[in-house]
Amino acid sequence: MPPWRLSGVVVGAALNDPRALAALGDAVAAPPHLAAPRAPVLYVKPRHTLAAAGAPMVLPSGAEAIEVGATVGLVIGRTACRIAAAQAAAHVAGVALVVDLALPQASWYRPAAAARALDGSCRIGTPLRADRLAFDLEVQIDGATVQRAATAGFTRGPAQLLADVSEFMTLASGDLLLVGVPHGAPLARRGERVRVAGVGLGAIEFTVVAEAA
Amino acid sequence: MRTARVAWAGAVHEAVPHASGLRLANGRVLAQSEVVWLPPFEVGTIIALGLNYAAHARELSAELARPAAGSAEEPLVFFKTRGALVGHCGRTRRPAGVRFMHYECELAVVIGRGGRHIAEADALAHVAGYTVANDYAVRDHLENWLRPNLRAKNRDQATALGPWLVSADAVADPHALALATRVNGTVVQRGHTSAMVHRIPALIAYLSGFMTLAPGDVILTGTPEGVSNVNAGDVVECEIEGIGCLVNTLVGDEESAI
Repeated sequence: MPPWRLSGVVVGAALNDPRALAALGDAVAAPPHLAAPRAPVLYVKPRHTLAAAGAPMVLPSGAEAIEVGATVGLVIGRTACRIAAAQAAAHVAGVALVVDLALPQASWYRPAAAARALDGSCRIGTPLRADRLAFDLEVQIDGATVQRAATAGFTRGPAQLLADVSEFMTLASGDLLLVGVPHGAPLARRGERVRVAGVGLGAIEFTVVAEAA
Repeated sequence: MRTARVAWAGAVHEAVPHASGLRLANGRVLAQSEVVWLPPFEVGTIIALGLNYAAHARELSAELARPAAGSAEEPLVFFKTRGALVGHCGRTRRPAGVRFMHYECELAVVIGRGGRHIAEADALAHVAGYTVANDYAVRDHLENWLRPNLRAKNRDQATALGPWLVSADAVADPHALALATRVNGTVVQRGHTSAMVHRIPALIAYLSGFMTLAPGDVILTGTPEGVSNVNAGDVVECEIEGIGCLVNTLVGDEESAI
């Protein structure tokens, strides 16, 4: 197995939970979207978004709350360029629990970098070998469970997602592909303690804090 | 000062211009054609701006679901990953069957000193230098979800960067530079960096308002009007006054061994 060194490249799939698209209702076909997405809807979490899993999450001044997106990242183990879904498993070295934090956004039209790529908004748990690629996730805020969700049943399963992404962009060893955040990500506010856990994946815990004056 | 990063005889070298081509850090002089050109610096985060020239926004206005509002609107920022990069004299794949793939000549601003909440008045002091970018777009794959989407704008080796990193002290005014693109020797795009909607200091202030900028981060500041389709076999030159001329060749799927 390749050494567990993440490359720092993190790409995520948005709206991969069919409930998320369904929740948009008529907006999907209306301007500015005009049609449902055909290809995976993807975003980048650049290196400034990477922080130690347990570091405090700084809420920018002016923001009331932040969405806690529990998800799973596929750790790429072998260069994946235009692979078929049937080959995907051979390219995945393992998985990691990931918390993808973002300010709530009314629209999925633009990348909204200032909402989705905040400093420290990508927390990555310990990468692990996995015998399966679907996981049950739980989000707790101040000790109370606020979300139980699963990554099963997404529009694109991990293998299809990896195939569709690798069709136009090669993923290299150590890259992380986030499989999608289940619909209904809870909000966390200043001072609250967040714990995200995945069955078999461990847990990530941190506190949300205000931006220093 | 201008520097390049090139591969030669099995290793990566820093190089400077020389009358005969370029001179490696170890003193060896080579012709420009003897080396493989890499992006001219260790690239960190690639930050791209969409619709940052008003006339370009206008030429695309028919297809935009929402018209661009110019400087009143927040800058349209998107990110790229390292796999999108290709150096000077590189090859970019033009996928079979697309109707509209176009070049985008852009001034690239390289951060030398990072920071957060950088004031506009201090912004240019954070710049290490400038280079040329050609940020190809495959319009056929554009969708109105997190637009511009990665399938259109983050394709393997479709963002050319180079040839030289020109240090900031060698560029008196980054907003006083002419840009031009030539396809097979014919000028197809002309512009001037004075026409940027959001100027470099404002961009650095905006970006550092929500993210910590770090050395090696590069801002692709947008392209003027005049984008047109290019085909496999075309040689595209993106030139920016005082910065350099970045050359790229489109290749078809068969040359990419698909």
